Formats: sequence, structure tokens, C-alpha cells
Amino acid sequence: MAILEVKGLKVYFHTRNGLVKAVDDVSFSVDSGETLAIVGESGSGKSVTCYSLLDLLPKPPAKIEGGTAFFDGEDLLTCSPDRMRHHRCNDIAVIFQDPMTSLNPFLTIGEQLIEPLIYHPDKTLRQSRPKARERAIQLLDEVGIIDPHSRFDCYPHEFSGGMRQRVMIAMALITEPRLLICDEPTTALDVTIQAQILKLIKKLQQTHDVAVIFISHDLGVVAGIADKVLVMCEGTIRETGNTDSVFYRSQDEYTKKLLAAIPSGPKKLESRVKPETLIKVSHLKTHFNDYSKQKIDGKYALIKAVDDVSLNILRGEILGLVGESGSGKSTLGRSILQLVPNTSGIVNFGADQLTGLSPRQLVPWRRRMQMIFQDPYASLNPRMTVYETLSEPLLYHGLANRENVLSRVSELMDEVGLARGSMRKYPHEFSGGQRQRIAIGRAIATKPEFIIADEPVSALDVTIQAQILDLILDLVESHNLTMMFISHDLSVVRYISDRVMIMHHGVIVEEGKTEALWANPQDPYTQNLLRSIPIADPLLERARIENI
Amino acid sequence: MFKFALGRLMQAVPVLLVVITVTFFLVHSAPGGPFDADKAVPPEVLKALEAQYNLDQPMWKQYLSYLGDVVQGDLGPSFKYSGRTVNELIGAGLPTTAELAFYAMLVALGVGITAGITASMRPNTMQDYIPMSAAMIGICMPSFLLGPLLVLIFGIHLEWLPVSGWGDIPGDKILPSITLGTAYAAYIARLSRGGMLEVLSQDYIRTARAKGLSEPIVIAKHALRGGLIPVVSFLGPAFAGLLGGSFVVETIFQIPGLGRFYVQAAFNRDYTLILGMTVFFSTLIIIFNLLSDMLAIWLNPKLRQEIRGSN
Amino acid sequence: MNKNTLSQPATSEEDGSSLWNDAWIKLSKNYLALAGLGILILLCVVSLLTPWIAPYSYEQQNLDLGATAPSLQHWLGTDIFGRDMLTRIMYGGRVSLMVGFIATAVALVIGILWGAIAGFYGGRLDAVMMRIVDILYALPFMIFIVLLMVVFGRNILLLFLAIGAVEWLTMARIVRGQVMSLRNQEFVEAAYSLGLSQWTIIRRHIIPNTLGPVIVYTTLTIPSVMLLEAFLSFLGLGIQPPESSWGLLINYGVETMEEYPWLLIFPGIALSLTLFALNFLGDGLRDALDPRTSKD
Repeated sequence: MAILEVKGLKVYFHTRNGLVKAVDDVSFSVDSGETLAIVGESGSGKSVTCYSLLDLLPKPPAKIEGGTAFFDGEDLLTCSPDRMRHHRCNDIAVIFQDPMTSLNPFLTIGEQLIEPLIYHPDKTLRQSRPKARERAIQLLDEVGIIDPHSRFDCYPHEFSGGMRQRVMIAMALITEPRLLICDEPTTALDVTIQAQILKLIKKLQQTHDVAVIFISHDLGVVAGIADKVLVMCEGTIRETGNTDSVFYRSQDEYTKKLLAAIPSGPKKLESRVKPETLIKVSHLKTHFNDYSKQKIDGKYALIKAVDDVSLNILRGEILGLVGESGSGKSTLGRSILQLVPNTSGIVNFGADQLTGLSPRQLVPWRRRMQMIFQDPYASLNPRMTVYETLSEPLLYHGLANRENVLSRVSELMDEVGLARGSMRKYPHEFSGGQRQRIAIGRAIATKPEFIIADEPVSALDVTIQAQILDLILDLVESHNLTMMFISHDLSVVRYISDRVMIMHHGVIVEEGKTEALWANPQDPYTQNLLRSIPIADPLLERARIENI
Repeated sequence: MFKFALGRLMQAVPVLLVVITVTFFLVHSAPGGPFDADKAVPPEVLKALEAQYNLDQPMWKQYLSYLGDVVQGDLGPSFKYSGRTVNELIGAGLPTTAELAFYAMLVALGVGITAGITASMRPNTMQDYIPMSAAMIGICMPSFLLGPLLVLIFGIHLEWLPVSGWGDIPGDKILPSITLGTAYAAYIARLSRGGMLEVLSQDYIRTARAKGLSEPIVIAKHALRGGLIPVVSFLGPAFAGLLGGSFVVETIFQIPGLGRFYVQAAFNRDYTLILGMTVFFSTLIIIFNLLSDMLAIWLNPKLRQEIRGSN
Repeated sequence: MNKNTLSQPATSEEDGSSLWNDAWIKLSKNYLALAGLGILILLCVVSLLTPWIAPYSYEQQNLDLGATAPSLQHWLGTDIFGRDMLTRIMYGGRVSLMVGFIATAVALVIGILWGAIAGFYGGRLDAVMMRIVDILYALPFMIFIVLLMVVFGRNILLLFLAIGAVEWLTMARIVRGQVMSLRNQEFVEAAYSLGLSQWTIIRRHIIPNTLGPVIVYTTLTIPSVMLLEAFLSFLGLGIQPPESSWGLLINYGVETMEEYPWLLIFPGIALSLTLFALNFLGDGLRDALDPRTSKD
């Protein structure tokens, strides 16, 4: 029996810039004990769909324009605020995306856990504090919080991201809901933590027998967890069906495109590595003072972001650098480019040493090595047009003059796949993918030999990600680039790199040729990391989960 | 927390020293002595007076002996109110000014926070526009204009309330308190609205609503604490502002408080009184800033634990 | 770098809309802010032209006339010496606005330099500089200004300096915060990795992005400076006769408000209206320049 039946749901946003049909005629149903995954890229309306069920959208600008959502025979879209509170408190719970911002930093997690019980709208169901506390501690234990009795009185900032998400899950389950909405519950987490959280959700779903709506952009995650899949794009349903049929026998063009965009399998590009060391790093250390903590004996604690790293990059090589958040991979990249001061160690570019050079002495080297940044929104000056952004390096390094700068910029625009006509536009007028193209254009403007790409596709949707990865590979080939590609996403790194290094806590734990390392990882950390990657293929993914 | 407070108080010592030094030399370098006032004083009388107030000593000696007195809490004799010390004069005016400041703060916090929260509940509706327009009027209507206007309307025209004094006739405390408190009520209304809007847009408020908590609990338990932190941080500067504002309000309503003393001392060139009151006000304001900082830290569990951890 | 080389290409087909354009469009939809801007421009024009357009002479007394209520000859009435109130308010406005603009300029220069240096260099220098600001924040400035006025006499130049010296603190904090956050932005890092010189980075990447908050705060500083001047003048410690300012006029008005309320009310309206105009304009600019409101 369907526990939730949504028909013809329409949610429109009335914004200053006109009407946005965020959700347009969406229908689906969920049975108890079943997991429905709603898949889509950003702006597809997948989250709006679910928030509208619980009346969690800001109104205005959002407005529900039509449809019904029957839960237990009652329409959630038209029920009274009191009935809505009743449903929120008894029947439907949500796990939000970002555990760092979704818990109140001013209250202990215990207080936040027991709130639905001690403030229950139905006075007969209201529980006393000690009783609620007992129940909460039992749940904290169940979601894998160690020492729940003392952790009950801790504040959110005393938990790591993964632990906070466990607390969020406990909070969702404390009312024993019959429907659980998970809004990208693992997107903000590292891949090894993601594996643990997904396993936990799956287990709890079975023990508590709840229906789950699982919102995600990650087809790999969905493949393992979902019974049914709903593909959304721009507010409408593109395809719906059971997981296997959507993944293996998709009828819809968009779904096919989405599946094809996932980087999978080994590197496509033929290796162009030459036996000549371009970048040589010896015993590099980059340490910072930890200003967030108080001094001990008059000194700040040291953060060893990069701790004694040595590596070589050959000319023409794409070296993948993989690590989870806080592993020091970004700092390593910036240290090599001399963007942060090195504590000790030597960085060589060809035969010449970069460490120890003054900013002025570094200028000619800066032309030869460039960086592509993660966030295409932050990496472009919002007050400079594309023309200004792209012409700046050309003019500064004397690679163009007043006469030919326009044609050089036009060529760059062509190379990165932007329309020449948009040269006088400002960054905020472009989409994320287009912005990343501008940033790539700026990096290749000086015709560098070496580029460090720091998570260049992490902020992008999967279809855009595929386009940018292909652009990068094209440019590497046409410009004979050497590249260090930093990413947390192992599939992307495997798709693009000749050789891979795994970084953990500031040190390189393992390195090797990409396929060799994939086939036979030696270090336990690498093994765990590789085991944790979801595969966008339901059969393989289920088998993978079985094996952990 | 105690160690933190102590540390901050220790930092205040050099600041106060600088304040005393600068004020001392400023006052003593002022053109014209304290006694060359209305009528010419015979030279011998002047000499005797100068000897009485140590003015015949070299400057550095005067400075050191003043510093010594201040450390012992003695702010010296007044030039103009003969036979009375600065300490006595401050002691006489302080209770009145403290009471005025207290009532004004009550007006400011009560009206300001209520208006701010009300406005933040439904932004960009009448419930927002009306209190915020009132707040804008409060900011653009300075106390020296608002006070006389209130007197004109409620005191002279309607004859509802007394127009001057403090504690003499029932109701004479109402107009001064409102006059002094209004501008701060307006600032606090804007601050608390901004703070609340910021907090209400946070993800954790959505979490609280999704849990089925009622709107009053969401506001009171989840939003208020974070939303009012800007107001708490403003309390220190607001207190300093109230002291300054008391100059005007006490002048308008003829209230015998510290503010009126200070303005009179400024006109009378009563140097020791000015000096003493500046030192006193500075100390007071530094303490209040410290208190408001500590309150803001105490409200934030993360900061509270960091400070506890450092002990 | 030659300025010409960075000019826009003339051959582009489409024009982009800069953040400034967007902000202007947003501001032009905010009627209160527009009204504020209009009033401000009107006031500035009137102040500049006062000596030529004032209906009466500033000092001319008419003791026979005495204080009269508003009439066709004297739109805003006359004071107890028979002087035309409109003329006096116009001249007073010149002084009030001048104090507002000049003292704000003083605050602007000190605040921007202080904040930008602290924010850009960071580290120990920043810690020391901002600690000084914190300490100064904790001082009773109203009292010090009164003190300065007493010690050095009522000097208008000193008034500018004294008020400017108080108001720069907030500006320094705002600029420093802005520069700090910009310094860690990826686009500034990108400029570094392009090898641009520090001065080029400051000029092309940092300054244009700090302008928004600086403009907003400047607009909001002017009214608070004018308020401070009026406050001091009201106490008799600011502008001195025969010069006049709105604060001083209000002071005179209070003395005779029972008999001649218009002597209090008209200067009061002039001051409040100006403060309204500047505050609404400042709020409007803040909304228009706030990147958070431009996303939806």
C-alpha cells in the first residue's frame, strides 16, 4: 500500500526576475519499507518537491500551485498548520544535506534530540525529560555514537561531520516516523564516511521499517540504495521505474546522458609521458600555526598540512592527487606553486629551484605554471569582464600587445568553448560550467607548461563535469601540458590520470600507475578508500556493499 | 571565564593610564588658568590658590602626584565648588544618572527587542514596515530635538507630564527616560531584526520546524539566542552612548546628574572636575564593554568552551 | 600597464551588465532611497547657491518686527531679532552639511588606509592595529570631544578633526574585514599565481571589490557626523555664533519654544529630513550592493 501518494504537484517561485516553475506536474508514490530515489542535477526541483510536502519552503517566493499529496488519506498540501505539526512530529522526518549547518550550534545535541518528544503537540504523547533522554541515548547508541551518555550533553561543534550526520539520523528517527526524507545526506561527507552513513541508513530502514525518499545527484549512491528511481530535470519527471530498469533499460535521453556522463573505467587518453622530470619536490613541509586553538606554552599548535612530501612529475604526465577533506592535498598544490610559504624542502621546476625565490624573481616562473581553482564562483573577479580577466595575464606577461590582444582573447574564448560575443559580460551572467571555462582560459592564457587543477569539477553537475573534464583533456593534449589533478573523487581521478598519489594526514601513503594501483592497492587506507566508492551500476553496487 | 576577565582588565590598565595622561596634559595645556575668570583676582590670593591646588609645582610633579591619588581612588578637589572633592560631586550625581541610564536602557531593550523580533517574523510586510519606519524616525530624531518636542506636546500642550526635575513630582522620570532611550531602542530594533533574520534563514531553523516544533518554541529556543548576540555586543557601546546622551537630557530636563555636571564643568573650566569625571567615565565604560563582551561570549557555547579550555 | 591597452574591445556584439549596473537598477526600484537621493541633491544645490538665492540677508536684524509666525513675507517666520528663519536655516544647513561631508572625508581617509593596511598585511601588524581600534572603541569619545572643545576653544577645523577621528574606527573595521575576506578569495589567489605585482592586485582586484561597502558606510557616516555636530552645537560646544548650524538653531529654538514653537520645529524638520534622506539612501545602497540580495 502506498504510504504517500503525490499527484500533479506544482510548485512555482515568484521571483523578481519572473516565474520559475521549480516543480511542474510531478507525481509519484512510495510504499512502506520502500526506498524511492529522486535523482537530478542542481535546479531540477528534487529538493523543492520534498520540502513542499512538509511545508518547509519559504513562502513567498514559493507557492504551491496545484496537486495533491496524500499521506494516510490526508492531503499534506492543504492540511492545517496543526495537522502539519502533527505529521512532522509523528509521521515524516527529514535528514538534511549539511550536518554542519543543520544542527543548532547554541544547544546541546541531546536537547535537540528530545525536543520532538517533550514538546509534542499531542499532550498525551508528550514525554518527560528523563524518559526522552533515555530514548535518545538508546538511539545515539544505535546510530553508532560512542559513549552516548556523556555525548548527550555535547554541543554540535564537538562532533565531526560524519558524527553530526549520525546525530541528525538519530534525531529523525526519534519520533519513529513512517516516512524518512533524506536530502543528499552524504553529499557533504568524505567518501569513506559516506559509505558508513549509507550503510547505517539502510540498516535502520530495515529495523524500523520506514519508507525512504532519498534525494541525490549521485547515481552511484542511488544504484545501491534505491528500489525505485525518479529522474527529474528542470522541474519535471523524465523517467521513473524500478532501479534496474532505469539504469539498464533507460528510455529517456536525459537519463541516458546522465548515466553516460559518469566518469567510469580507466583513462581514455593515450599517455604522452616523456622521460623528463618537470617538477621535482623533495621533503616539502608546510606547517601552519593553529590560531583557532589557544596557545600552549606561548606557542600555537602546529597544523602539519604537508609533512615531508617528495614527488616527481614527468613532462606530459597527468598526476592525480587524491585525498579526503583535510588531507593537505590543496595545500600541497599551493606549496608547489609557491602560493603559500614552504616551511622546508625544495621544489624544482626543470633544472631550476623555485623555493627561496622572491616574489619578483618568481614572476617569469608564474607564466610557466598555472592553477585552476575549485569554485568557479569565487575564482573570478566579479567586477571584471571576461575580456578583462583573460587579457590581464596576456598583457602583464607581454604575450600580447594593444593591437593583437583582442584576437588573442578571441582565440582563447574559442579554445575553451565560449561564444566570442559574451566577451564583455561579467562572471555572474554565466553558469557554473561556463565560469569554469573562463577560469581555464585564464590558466592557459600564458601558455604554461604545468598546471595544477584543484578540484576543478567538484562544484559542477555531473553532465557539466563530463564536458569540463573533456575540455581539460583536450587542452592537455593540444598544449602539451603537464598537470597535477587534485580531487577527492576517485572515479574522476582514475578517468583522467596517468599516475595517482593518495594523500592522508599530510603525507603520501601510496602512489602508482593508475590501473595498477586500482587493481592492487597496498596501503590499508587506500584499500578502504577504493572500497568505499559507489558504482553507478545497481548489480555491481549491491555486490560492493555486500562485500564491505 | 574569570581568568579571561582578569586578562581583559589587565589590558585596561595601560589604556586607562594613557587616558589619564592625555587628559591631564590636555587639560593643563589649556590656554587660560582656572582662576582668571570673571573678576580679576589679586596676585597674592592667586598665589595662595595655586599653592593650595599644587599649581606652583612643576608639571611632572603635579602629574605624578595626581596619578598617585587616582590609584588610591582620590580624584582631588574641585576648582569651582570650593571645599568639595570631585569624589563627592560624582557621588552626588551618580545615583541620579545611573537611575536615568537604567530606565533608558529598559526602554531601549524592551521596545527595541520587541519591535525587532516582531518585524523579523514577517519581513517585507506591514508587520515589518511599521516598526522599522518607527525605528528610522527614532534614529533621525535626536534626543535634543525629541526631548523638547515631547515637553512641548505632553508637558506644555497636553499638561500630562512634568517637564523638568527628577524624583520631585510623580511621573517626572518618564519623559527623560523616553528621550534618552528612544534612539537606542531604534538601533536595537534594527540590530535585533537583522540578527533574527540572519538566524531565521539558517538551516538549523528549518531542522527545528521539520521536527514539528511550534513556531513560538522555534523562535524562543532556537532563534533568539543567536539572533540577539548583535544586541548583546551593542550593549557596551550603547552604555557609553547613554552617558553622552545624559549630557543633553539632563540639561533639557534640569536633572542634577553627572551629565549636567560635566557640561557645567566644561563651561566653568573646572579642570579637576573634568579630569576626574573623564577618568571615572572611562573606567566605567571599559568595565561595561568588558561585561557585554563576556555576555556575548558566554552565550556562544563554542567560544565559552575555548575560554574555559584556556584556563 | 598602459591604461589604453585595458580598454574594452569595441567590436563586441553584446554588452555585459556589471554589478554596478545591477545595483543601480535595484536602487532605482527603491523609491525611498531615490527620494533620499533627490532630497540630498536638492540640499546640496541649495547650500551651494545659498548666498545668491537666500530671500534675506543672514545678519540683518529687524527688532521692530521681532518673532513672527510663518507668513507670505517670511515663509518660516522670523526669530526674536526679526531675522528670517528660512535664510538662517539655509545658512545653517551649509555649515551642517559641510561638517558632515568634511568630517566624513577625514574618517574615510584614515579608516580606509588603516583598515586596508591591517587587512592586506595581516598577521602581527593586523593584530596590533586592530587592537588599537578595539581600545579606542572602548573610550568615551563624546567626553573627549567635549574636552577638546573646552581646551582648544570652539574651532570649526578642530571640530572636523575631532569628529573624523571618532568616526574612522568603524570604517577601519569594515575595510579591514572586507580586505581580509578578499585576500583569501580564489580570484585574488589566481591573480597571485599569474604573477601580478602586489600593487596591481590591490588596484585591480581588491579596491574595486571593497568600494560597495565603503560607499554604503560613507552614506551612513554622514548623518551620524551631522548628528554629532548638532549635538555639540546644541550643548553650546560646537559651532559658535555668528556662524550657525541646525544644532545651534535648535538650541535657540528650545529656549523660546513655549512662545514661538516654529523656531524649534523648522530647524528640527530640516535636520531630521536630512538624516532621513541619508539613512534611506544608505539602506537602499546596502540592499542594492549586497551580493546576497542579487542572487534570487
